[in-house]
Amino acid sequence: MASTTEAPPRKNRVPRRPGDRIFAGVSTGSGVLILVALAGVAVFLVTEAWPALTASAEEIPGGEGLVLYIWPLLFGTLISAVLALVIAVPLAVAIALFITHYAPRSIARALGYIIDLLAAVPSIIFGLWGMNVLAPITVDPASWLSEHLGWIPFFAGPPSSTGRTMFVAILVLAVMVLPIITAVVREAFMQTPQLHQEAALAIGATRWEMIRMAALPFGRSSIIGASMLGLGRALGETMAVAMVLSASGGVSLNLISSDNPPTIAANIALQFPESSGIAINTLIASGLVLFAITLAVNMIARAVINRRKDFDGAN
Amino acid sequence: MAKRIEVKDLDIYYDKFLAVQGVSMTIQPRSVTALIGPSGCGKSTFLRTLNRMHELVPNARVEGSVVMDDDDLYGPNVDPVNVRRQIGMVFQRANPFPTMSIYDNVAAGLKLNNKRLKKSDMDGLVERSLKSANLWEEVKDRLHKPGSGLSGGQQQRLCIARAIAVQPEVLLMDEPCSALDPISTQAIEDLMLELKENYTIVIVTHNMQQAARVSDTTGFFNLQGVGKPGELVEIDETTKIFSTPSQKATEDYISGRFG
Repeated sequence: MASTTEAPPRKNRVPRRPGDRIFAGVSTGSGVLILVALAGVAVFLVTEAWPALTASAEEIPGGEGLVLYIWPLLFGTLISAVLALVIAVPLAVAIALFITHYAPRSIARALGYIIDLLAAVPSIIFGLWGMNVLAPITVDPASWLSEHLGWIPFFAGPPSSTGRTMFVAILVLAVMVLPIITAVVREAFMQTPQLHQEAALAIGATRWEMIRMAALPFGRSSIIGASMLGLGRALGETMAVAMVLSASGGVSLNLISSDNPPTIAANIALQFPESSGIAINTLIASGLVLFAITLAVNMIARAVINRRKDFDGAN
Repeated sequence: MAKRIEVKDLDIYYDKFLAVQGVSMTIQPRSVTALIGPSGCGKSTFLRTLNRMHELVPNARVEGSVVMDDDDLYGPNVDPVNVRRQIGMVFQRANPFPTMSIYDNVAAGLKLNNKRLKKSDMDGLVERSLKSANLWEEVKDRLHKPGSGLSGGQQQRLCIARAIAVQPEVLLMDEPCSALDPISTQAIEDLMLELKENYTIVIVTHNMQQAARVSDTTGFFNLQGVGKPGELVEIDETTKIFSTPSQKATEDYISGRFG
């Protein structure tokens, strides 16, 4: 058998140009940087929260342990953020539809600018507005609600006399997350393919039916994504909630009384200056919980968006 | 089913710009009418006025009349939505709803018209529409998969099934085969010959062989000149247009001579 000397497989490497190499390096580095920053935050939270996680129940402020300390905060955070979304998302979708499908061009443009402007207002301004303007004018409606709709747990009352209630905090949060949701959803609706809009109209759809057949399904994943962005902002919003909410109560569905659960972020902002020792570790532990929840929210959102990818408009 | 359309002195404007001028023609029921002509001469624009789709462009309007049997499509109280339910349309690029399954695509128009259709009736109508569009055998095992997973030719037949599911009087086709390969084109052309038993079909095409193969009547559109509106040069039996057209412009166009 004749042995043939096999040539070693030739590496067919394309020479890479310096520009490509630099750009690949810069973009990879940027991507890695994000991960490093995220990991750094996580490490900081865990190490700083560790003393509180391992402390005995009596040492935690309140004296009932970490879980019972954080639970009302977590409840306040979730209920304010979720109800803010319940108000803001339908409104944002409606505004986005109006801008993209109903409004005359000039009005649509002006409205778009105004919405974007709303996104640029600092949260402390929203806090002042909520505290000084919105809170007082909700006092009368709140007492009406508790009188007539008191059987709904949300409006059980007794109504707060200052109006600085969870209800007002939710309204302020809803206004704050509205612009970002609207902007993302509007962008998606604007890209609804003409092709699909015409397809709907050609089989005799009215404008609303066309929106339901073409625009809404096309924008669906954007609506979810935008809602999650808004939820992230509402969960983490600190200043406005700290200013609006007079937090003194525990877990309660009651939105209009003066006993409201605080939110995690607002509680950290209010308590941190006066805390020391294990109390600081406890606050950071609550921050760790917020971090974990925000992460979970985003992952769930991603999963929801991916679930029906086959039917997505992008293919 | 299948109605006659009378178009009389139709001028089509985009705002102040006159795009198509003075079109008069009779579109016969249960036949295929082909509209040919160079790009930009207004044949697609004209087609879209037949089901009032051109109104989607802001400030588009028409003067003149379009009458289907005895109904004036541009009458004062006519809702364009109702016009489109009677006059279906198939577009140049297949446009099944990407978020819907094959079944839901076909059922989409039915759901608009009868909100309370029974599931079994709906199944029957969807099957019949897909069979009429010669697509049933290919998709019957994957009705609930997305329509965008089909090939281009299948997607176009799906769009035809969607259009005929609502049992329109007329079917408008705007270059339905221009994005398809010859085999898919053949399938659509065969389908047109079957569909004309029941429907009035108007097709815009750039492919003159196609017009000659499928149509009974052919109309030739041309621009009156550079920057001038388009017009209908002549309309006659397809065999006559392709053998002895009465206008020189038509003869030049079909024989490939211009100017």
